[in-house]
Amino acid sequence: MNGPTLFGLCAAALVGFGLYGLIVNPQPLRKIIGFNIIGSGVFLLFGAIARRGAAVGMGGDPVPQALLITGIVVAFSATALAVALLLRLFDEGGLVTLASEAPPTKTTADPPDA
Amino acid sequence: MSPSLSAQNLTTLGGLLLVLAILVPFAGMLIGFVFGGGNAQRVALATLAAGLAIAIAIANALAQSGKAVVYILGGWMPPLGVALRADGLSVVMLLTVAVVICGIGVYARADFGTPSGVKEARAPLIFWLLLLAVWGSLNLVFVSGDLFTLYVALELLTFAAVPLVSLDGRTETVRSALRYLLYALLGSVLYLLGAVLLYGAYGTLDIPLLAARVRPEPAAWAALALMIAGLLAKTALFPLHLWLPPAHAGAPAAASAVLSGLVIKGSWFLAMRLWFDVFADVVTLPAAQTLAALGAAAILVGNVVALRQTRLKLLIAYSTVAQIGYLFLMFPLATGLATAGLDSAMAVNGGMLQAISHATAKAAMFMAAGLVYTTLGHDRVADLRGVASALPMTVLAFALAGASLIGLPPSGGFLAKWLLISVAITTAQWWWALVMLVGGLLTSVYVFIVVVRTLAPAHVGWNPKTTVPRYQQAAVLALALCSFLLGAAVLCPVDVTQIGRTVSRNTVLP
Amino acid sequence: MTLALAVDIGLTLLILAMAAWTIAVRDTFASVIGFVTYGLLLTLVWVRLAAPDVALTEAAMGGGLTGALLIGAAARLRSTESASRTERPSVLTRTLAAVLSAAVTAALAICVLNLPDPAPTLAPAAAAQLGSTGVGNPVTAVLLAYRAMDTLLEAIVVLLALVGVWSLAHDRAWGGYPQLRSHADPDGILAYFARVMAPVGIIVGIYIFWIGADFPGGKFQGATILAAMWLLVIGAGLAHLPPVSQTWLRVLLVAGPLVFIVIGFAGLVTAEAVFAYPNGYAKPLILAIEIALMPTLVLALALLVAGAPQRMPPQ
Repeated sequence: MNGPTLFGLCAAALVGFGLYGLIVNPQPLRKIIGFNIIGSGVFLLFGAIARRGAAVGMGGDPVPQALLITGIVVAFSATALAVALLLRLFDEGGLVTLASEAPPTKTTADPPDA
Repeated sequence: MSPSLSAQNLTTLGGLLLVLAILVPFAGMLIGFVFGGGNAQRVALATLAAGLAIAIAIANALAQSGKAVVYILGGWMPPLGVALRADGLSVVMLLTVAVVICGIGVYARADFGTPSGVKEARAPLIFWLLLLAVWGSLNLVFVSGDLFTLYVALELLTFAAVPLVSLDGRTETVRSALRYLLYALLGSVLYLLGAVLLYGAYGTLDIPLLAARVRPEPAAWAALALMIAGLLAKTALFPLHLWLPPAHAGAPAAASAVLSGLVIKGSWFLAMRLWFDVFADVVTLPAAQTLAALGAAAILVGNVVALRQTRLKLLIAYSTVAQIGYLFLMFPLATGLATAGLDSAMAVNGGMLQAISHATAKAAMFMAAGLVYTTLGHDRVADLRGVASALPMTVLAFALAGASLIGLPPSGGFLAKWLLISVAITTAQWWWALVMLVGGLLTSVYVFIVVVRTLAPAHVGWNPKTTVPRYQQAAVLALALCSFLLGAAVLCPVDVTQIGRTVSRNTVLP
Repeated sequence: MTLALAVDIGLTLLILAMAAWTIAVRDTFASVIGFVTYGLLLTLVWVRLAAPDVALTEAAMGGGLTGALLIGAAARLRSTESASRTERPSVLTRTLAAVLSAAVTAALAICVLNLPDPAPTLAPAAAAQLGSTGVGNPVTAVLLAYRAMDTLLEAIVVLLALVGVWSLAHDRAWGGYPQLRSHADPDGILAYFARVMAPVGIIVGIYIFWIGADFPGGKFQGATILAAMWLLVIGAGLAHLPPVSQTWLRVLLVAGPLVFIVIGFAGLVTAEAVFAYPNGYAKPLILAIEIALMPTLVLALALLVAGAPQRMPPQ
């Protein structure tokens, strides 16, 4: 076991955590956080792969490192757009949920358990 | 490096056109953004004309050379640099998108003109900028040869498409847009995860290089599963389709046409590219059967739910859910042909024709629904009386587009289904043929219902709420005719989609 | 076990615990704070992975701007917190989600353990061509030479996201001012902090941008820091955001990508291809692109945090 492998396994776990959070948490803001945790897991895996490619005096493969910077910027932009949509939804009615307009079907299909 | 690989790493004549196909729409968007207001629309329309010319020129370069068009950006060879490549599949999609975008652009002039007396209005400015952005992103999806550039393309496409959903600002559409964005972001991050695994295992993101290096092993299987799953979420294949109907039905008609006709084809095309070009040695028949089974479920569920819709735009949106299903039937058919040692071109062509005929037909249908809404002030399917007398061209367009979705000759839908059904029978997978026939039957029911309702005479003294400009009706009819007459593609002397496709040819050979 | 590995294991456990807490905690605001802490911990991992460029980006963007965005949203959504807790997914959904997530993690772990040895790498290829780009930082060479197209498209992604955010304005506020929610007293502690902090931050941001050609750093990291400083000054009530209809604002926003495109196409004449640089001129051209991208990125990143225009446009 070495550093990159350890962080690669950590990345695998983070993707799982984020995916679970994205599916299970009903609040959109929590889903956005879940997406960001998946994203960071993916980036970390790429970082571990970059580190494994260290050669010719470079601490890591510069190609994945550069792509990571692009990826982080794109993930930030996505988060900003999602948050803007969420806040617009909040401004409109204060009801911040992804469930569709028909609450009756919601309650019959998905009774509040516990 | 093998000779076929090095040939894919040389800039060809006309390669520069690929750079233009991507950057001209984006440059148009940037310039339109600065000038704003009504000027944004002028810049957009000028860009549409230029973009159409570029697409035609690329098709010409491909047909003249008989080989894929390639451009090496900055002269940096892959794997360090990135290449743009257009084979027959790319070029056919470039042309289709150019034609449909131009049709939508003509139509949208009436809906998204900047009102006189206003310096700049929100919805028109955003629409024209995003229309160009969707176009640039789709072109990038079709011609990019690098999996990471394709990731950026997917994100560009998402960011261009999502605000189109909530363009009118109603609460429900904002909610649909947010739901769509979350699905799409999950899809892109799964795609990126797959690309990262591929880089870790093979040290490149270049499609031909990967195709040569990928072997059936855990990294490739995991990458395939993650990337395809991500792309299915973005394409809205059953059971990941729930975001689509409210998003596509809630958007303004011209935006719905973009979303339903074009945007979902981007992620589908990428799934196909990966399946046939990158993972050709990894994919298995059971995996392909799974995709097609989801497609079959989409056809049946989408069509049945479409039948039960009371609003025209929702009906059309659910019909998209069903039509997406057809796009995935080609996978086991192509694999079936390849394992039998036959050329898989027929199945691939069937899938491509389905994509093109749906792009044109669905754009026409959504825009027709928009005109119906403008005329009646509503789009309740139960009460479409008078539409045919007020909008004869539009009802004709709807019927022609519907005929293509059903698969009546001589439409593109007919040729697509005919090819796919023939292959299904050749490869002894008759059940897919059955699904297609049932799907066509269900489609014909709701198309028939809508057309018959529009033919009912209006109440005495009824007048259209707004008179629709003739050029809008003409744009809709033109796109519907494209779809309806696409079956004539069978007369084409060369198999355009197969030009420059060295990668998949290799896999076909035993 | 070496000391370094022990540190790595400790860091990993801390990150996993933080991520789990961020997902599991009931209160959304607490979750956001957890996420920001998690982002800062990740920065340490990037240092451990010998990726200082990424560490800077992660700290500035993943921790800083994303944190500001999420904290702002969570604060505004607090009132909906109790109502949204009532819709909880069923046990079945949660079980299926857990099984799916565990399966994905397991598959990834298998892939990680089976990565080829020696690892394939483009480091030698990148090093071999570094001389012709004139820059000393190989990450900058990848971003602005080998894969310049990706970087151009990325700047367009940021702008497109901004157009999307602005599209969520109300029609009556179109062309108006985006507003940061701040009720700061111009003589208060935040204003004092901003007055002291902003000049320092601006110098740090410009420095990180400037050294990026040869050392870790560059336009994205520098721009993020400058954007954060601008937001700090605005949040403290010392300045205002410009209205989105301002022509100078739009010109600066598109200047970066447009200059990039123009220099890219100039390569067709002066060198052999689009995005190629003529011999000996690579470094000045790369710097020119970076300088043009800088205001674009600073403005776009800050405005993405600020959100849609809310106040009426100037008459």
